[in-house]
Amino acid sequence: MSAVDQKELAEFSAAAEAWFAENTVKDPGFRLPLTFMEVGTDQQFEFLRDWQNKVWEAGYLGAAWPKAYGGGGLDPEFQKAATAAMRKHDAPIMLNAIGLNWTGPMLLDIGTEEQKSQYLKGILSAEDIWCQGFSEPENGSDLGNAQTRAVRDGDEYVITGSKIWTTQGNYAKYMILLARTNPDAPRKYDGLSFFLAPMRVPGVETMPIRKLTGEYGFTQTFFDGARIPAKGLMGQEGQGWTFAMQLLEYERGVRGGQAGGYIITEQNAFDVVDLARRVKRGGRPAIEDPVLKDKLVDFIIEIQSNALCRQRLAVPPLNQEKPFGIPLASKLMTTEFARRINEFAVSLTGVDGGYYVGDPNAVDDGLWTRAYLNAFSATIGGGTSQIQRNIVAEHALGLPKG
Amino acid sequence: MEKLGELGFSEEQGDLLEVAMNFCRGRSPIETVRGLLTDERGYDPAVWKEIGEMGWLSIAIPESYGGVGLSLAEVVPVAEAMGRYLLNSPFVSTTLTAQALLNGATEDQKQAWLPRLAAGEAATLAVLEAGGDWDLGAPACQAAPAGDGVVLSGQKRFVADASDAALIIVSVTHEGGPALLLLEPGDWPEGALRRETVVDETRRSYELTLDGITVPAARLMPDGQAAATLAHVQLCTNLLSAADMAGANLALIDYTLDYLRTRTQFGKPIGAYQALKHPMVDAYVLYEQARSHVYSAAHCFDRQGEGEVATRMAKVSALEAYSRAGDRSIQFHGGFGFTYDCDAQLHRRRAIWHGAQSGDEAHHKRVLAELLLG
Ligand SMILES: Cc1cc2nc3c(=O)[nH]c(=O)nc-3n(C[C@H](O)[C@H](O)[C@H](O)COP(=O)(O)OP(=O)(O)OC[C@H]3O[C@@H](n4cnc5c(N)ncnc54)[C@H](O)[C@@H]3O)c2cc1C
Repeated sequence: MSAVDQKELAEFSAAAEAWFAENTVKDPGFRLPLTFMEVGTDQQFEFLRDWQNKVWEAGYLGAAWPKAYGGGGLDPEFQKAATAAMRKHDAPIMLNAIGLNWTGPMLLDIGTEEQKSQYLKGILSAEDIWCQGFSEPENGSDLGNAQTRAVRDGDEYVITGSKIWTTQGNYAKYMILLARTNPDAPRKYDGLSFFLAPMRVPGVETMPIRKLTGEYGFTQTFFDGARIPAKGLMGQEGQGWTFAMQLLEYERGVRGGQAGGYIITEQNAFDVVDLARRVKRGGRPAIEDPVLKDKLVDFIIEIQSNALCRQRLAVPPLNQEKPFGIPLASKLMTTEFARRINEFAVSLTGVDGGYYVGDPNAVDDGLWTRAYLNAFSATIGGGTSQIQRNIVAEHALGLPKG
Repeated sequence: MEKLGELGFSEEQGDLLEVAMNFCRGRSPIETVRGLLTDERGYDPAVWKEIGEMGWLSIAIPESYGGVGLSLAEVVPVAEAMGRYLLNSPFVSTTLTAQALLNGATEDQKQAWLPRLAAGEAATLAVLEAGGDWDLGAPACQAAPAGDGVVLSGQKRFVADASDAALIIVSVTHEGGPALLLLEPGDWPEGALRRETVVDETRRSYELTLDGITVPAARLMPDGQAAATLAHVQLCTNLLSAADMAGANLALIDYTLDYLRTRTQFGKPIGAYQALKHPMVDAYVLYEQARSHVYSAAHCFDRQGEGEVATRMAKVSALEAYSRAGDRSIQFHGGFGFTYDCDAQLHRRRAIWHGAQSGDEAHHKRVLAELLLG
């Protein structure tokens, strides 16, 4: 790779800073989702779709994807700078997560020319929203056992079955779909195939599912003899598991190529410190309570741990012994942290912890309780923390399968 | 204070890490470590000589005093490597003594001693006393005027590697405040040093009785600086202690993983059981977090404020990680884990030593609470 022109990069970075300073909307008059899994109303969806489109048009999303597919054709350092500017200005999240962060990079790596031309630009512009059809009602952690059927019929596949917990399923134009083409394969994994499937065809229905917060954000998706084009098959029949595993590597950040931006806002331990200054214990700010202080210090150390581990990935000599360790463990580290710190924040609010979103007396509009409940989206979605521990143990530490 | 330090890694650190890991792997296989447990000196003088010849003692000493002119950040990878292979020598005590001289000695004292330490003569600090307190600012040991010099009284504890030291820097109370002074072999009478029985059997540590020792006034370091110097060396101790633990922690994890892969029960390797597998992952994550903190602390060490926060965080993180991993390692080895032969005990004892020497999690978190939350 040619060396990055540092002057050019600095100018780009300054321009990005200025752009986000000017264009970031903090309060559109309704609550902005903190993660792509929390998009529950049409208002939120439309706002975030427009926002992503605007960021892309300004050149701050997909800056490192090839120009031919709607990208900026620049070195990845440029996108990093744009994402840093976004973070600095607390800009809203990028909506089209499954397209930007996992489907897109995978297509760039192994897609056909036709697939790249057809899909990548719509991913960046947010015109084409993508969803992920992996989990099924009966097969979640045991994804290799997925039973949704795909039967070849001429130029089409006929899909029958059901997917569940489909994030943004009701908004999506396309789905990455894992379906069984060969129920008789000796190994369950070898009967699976991977499709780029249209959602707006007869025989596909989505039904919203209400989340534990009382809001919406994912669907169950039903396939009743839906016909999808056969050219949506990635690779060959029977390669579905390999592709699904590769896709999860983009999802978990083990492989790069993501379009940039972020899809989950980061928890800041100092926001909870601020909360501890505002709420009271025995008439005094809670932060003066030594026990609570001790817990806050734990959280600050831990959030710093996670930030430093991320920085360490850029230092290969410090990752020689177990090169996959931190990449594979980072989901576990960050999502479990978010769950625990929000749970702590709820307890900090004392008596007011009894209020919920919607009550005028709720502390910070009930943000903490909702954030705690929503935090499980990431400790369950994308592979549960228990499954993540199995993965780290088996793939980074070399322990045997159970 | 809402700005926390970042991680950085220099080319020199990279070179030293590689060389030191190779050296320690070669010189300190576990049989050698085990063999030295019962050795009076506790380390191999030939290895110590090599360490001196490679210039590792001069890393953080300025060129004007015969050193290389780098900083403690470059000592950290060496300390980590020594921890990884449980290699004992007076390396850390000598490095810390040089730091004390640099921070608080007179120009003459620096000129006299730093080149000698840089060249590989051993030195140590005598700053701990009875009572178990990590606050070093008010020594019970006294220096009282006696003719042209001072006469000392009291007792120091945990003086590491004292038997071979060419220099011991002792903390005392002098004229109402803390002071540091330099002792040389010959200053203390026969029998003033008693070897202590310590939890980490790879270490050598001594009690030093000061009663009646008389030294000229020129041995005193400038009084006004002593409190700051003591605080500085304590922070240096914590940095190198965290590095040592991060190093040893990975050895411990690999040792335990090895057992989990090979020991079978109920027809399966025990590592296939999630009751062992998942806590191992948790221990491993704590280790990676600790190592990240260590290299952040190394990188930020010289910064006012940020350096102290990063170092205390590194100590908390490394101690917590290493203690947990050692505790679980004993349990996961079953009956063998309860034996002297199982290496888990070497590690669990080492972690206890580090917590005791320079502050445990609760101690450092209390200070961090003040620094971070006011
Ligand atoms: C907010 C959210 C968004 C999601 N979005 C999507 C999406 O867009 N697309 C999609 O395909 N899926 C999505 N999912 C589904 C998610 O991937 C699954 O919920 C997850 O993989 C777990 O599967 P399951 O729900 O069937 O639970 P199960 O697999 O039935 O697990 C139940 C419990 O058993 C534990 N468990 C299971 N197997 C093991 C094992 N071998 N060892 C130890 N413990 C085990 C689990 O950890 C869990 O605690 C989403 C989930 C959530 C919560």
